[in-house]
Amino acid sequence: MPMIEIKDVSKAYGAFQVLRHCTTSVDKGEVVVVCGPSGSGKSTLIKTVNGLEPFQTGNIIVDGVSLADKATDLPKLRARVGMVFQNFELFPHLSIVDNLCLAQQKVLGRDRPAAEAKAHALLARVGLPEQADKFPGQLSGGQQQRVAIARALAMDPIAMLFDEPTSALDPEMVSEVLDVMVALAKEGMTMMVVTHEMGFARKVADRVIFMDKGEIVEDAKKADFFGNTRNPRAQAFLSKILQH
Amino acid sequence: MEDRKRRGHPMKYNWNWGVFWEASPEGTGTYGELLIAGLGWTIVTALCAWILALAIGTTVGVMRTLPSKWANILAACWVELFRNIPILVQLFVWFYVVPELLPKAWGTAIKQMPNAAFVTAVVGLGFATSARVAEQVRAGIQSLPAGQAMAASALGLTLPQAYRHVLLPRAFRVVLPPLTSEFLNLIKNTSVGLTIGLLELTARARSMQEYSAQVFEAFTAATLLYLLLNVVVVSAVRALERRVAIPGQVGT
Ligand SMILES: Nc1ncnc2c1ncn2[C@@H]1O[C@H](COP(=O)(O)OP(=O)(O)O)[C@@H](O)[C@H]1O
Ligand SMILES: [Mg+2]
Repeated sequence: MPMIEIKDVSKAYGAFQVLRHCTTSVDKGEVVVVCGPSGSGKSTLIKTVNGLEPFQTGNIIVDGVSLADKATDLPKLRARVGMVFQNFELFPHLSIVDNLCLAQQKVLGRDRPAAEAKAHALLARVGLPEQADKFPGQLSGGQQQRVAIARALAMDPIAMLFDEPTSALDPEMVSEVLDVMVALAKEGMTMMVVTHEMGFARKVADRVIFMDKGEIVEDAKKADFFGNTRNPRAQAFLSKILQH
Repeated sequence: MEDRKRRGHPMKYNWNWGVFWEASPEGTGTYGELLIAGLGWTIVTALCAWILALAIGTTVGVMRTLPSKWANILAACWVELFRNIPILVQLFVWFYVVPELLPKAWGTAIKQMPNAAFVTAVVGLGFATSARVAEQVRAGIQSLPAGQAMAASALGLTLPQAYRHVLLPRAFRVVLPPLTSEFLNLIKNTSVGLTIGLLELTARARSMQEYSAQVFEAFTAATLLYLLLNVVVVSAVRALERRVAIPGQVGT
């Protein structure tokens, strides 16, 4: 049974169709990269997976939990699926350690010492052991994004979703964030990653999904995708971003 | 016009700054003590009304930002109702009309309360100010990037938890300056309490003027006390602002 199963999901804003019959799945321990032109629905698709974006038809099943089911406890599901945003979205009024402890304490009910121990361990793991008492505004973009990854990991997620985690970063900070993500992938984390970093995809992805105009146009094993993608739209997109 | 000219003529006016140490005919102490007691009621009324306004205003302001359509409509009605009726009319309605609309026994009980004017002023000013607080709180929440609420949800926080731990702490920092002006306005508005018999600072200055005829001294003192109150509030907020300032952030 796949960890994440997306079955024929469609979504529209009025007459505008954002997602068209999207179907795919992510197995446990699998790393799936989602790419495609801007406005193609990548963010919308990844946010439907933890219920941040509602959808109108189809279904998504995460670790056996159906999102189309009205009775599903969404906060409980979201607590088990980590999400990292393009703009980090750390809570600026809380110190780094409090950013990592808030949901551990309020959602998982961990006590403060346990939450702090976890926070310090994860900060060390993302290479920021000294920053616990600083505030988000005092860190660089790359450091903030690594804290955001640690914050998501503090919930012991069953899967991690990334929505363009490096596209708001200065170029020199991209690799420090990608390194953390590569390490995570190698440890066997189930990951769905919206990114245009094809180097990352080549290194750790199992599959690559290409989206265009709300549709999953190509869903292929990494070797097939980079080897000889059959889809002309995917080919055009690839040749464009690989030039840079 | 003639009358005012004659009364206000400088040659006829006897300045007497010592009047504050003279006994007032009400027999409760000196005129100075009378004014200080008035200042006390002004402060107590403003603080109680402010607590009420913050509690209701925060609730209503949050309701205006909730995904529920009914919460929105209800909150919008509250704001429009209490924001658009003159404060004096609201006070008269609470004081003269509401007790008549209640069951007879309740109405009588209210009218016979020893501090009916105080309670009415607190409720009237508190409700009226709550509409203004609600608008500030709403604006503060809406000024935050949408990603903050999303990040809170993504961590599994429920909507109330997201408001309590993420949205409101940030929104209140943003709207601290406009909330301060609302509080300063509220202090000034307590003076309408004199129309229903609240013995606050303006009422005390007026009665001092009537008994002692020292109109300039009475209102100079009242003016200075209001200014002093203003300075105290502004410095207290400055201190609060420094305490809640977020390290690494300019402004908010
Ligand atoms: N709330 C919304 N209302 C209307 N259209 C929206 C809304 N959110 C996103 N869209 C549109 O949906 C499309 C897909 O958006 P998005 O999923 O963010 O694309 P991507 O992440 O691939 O750039 C875009 O054309 C965007 O303008
Ligand atoms: Mg996007």
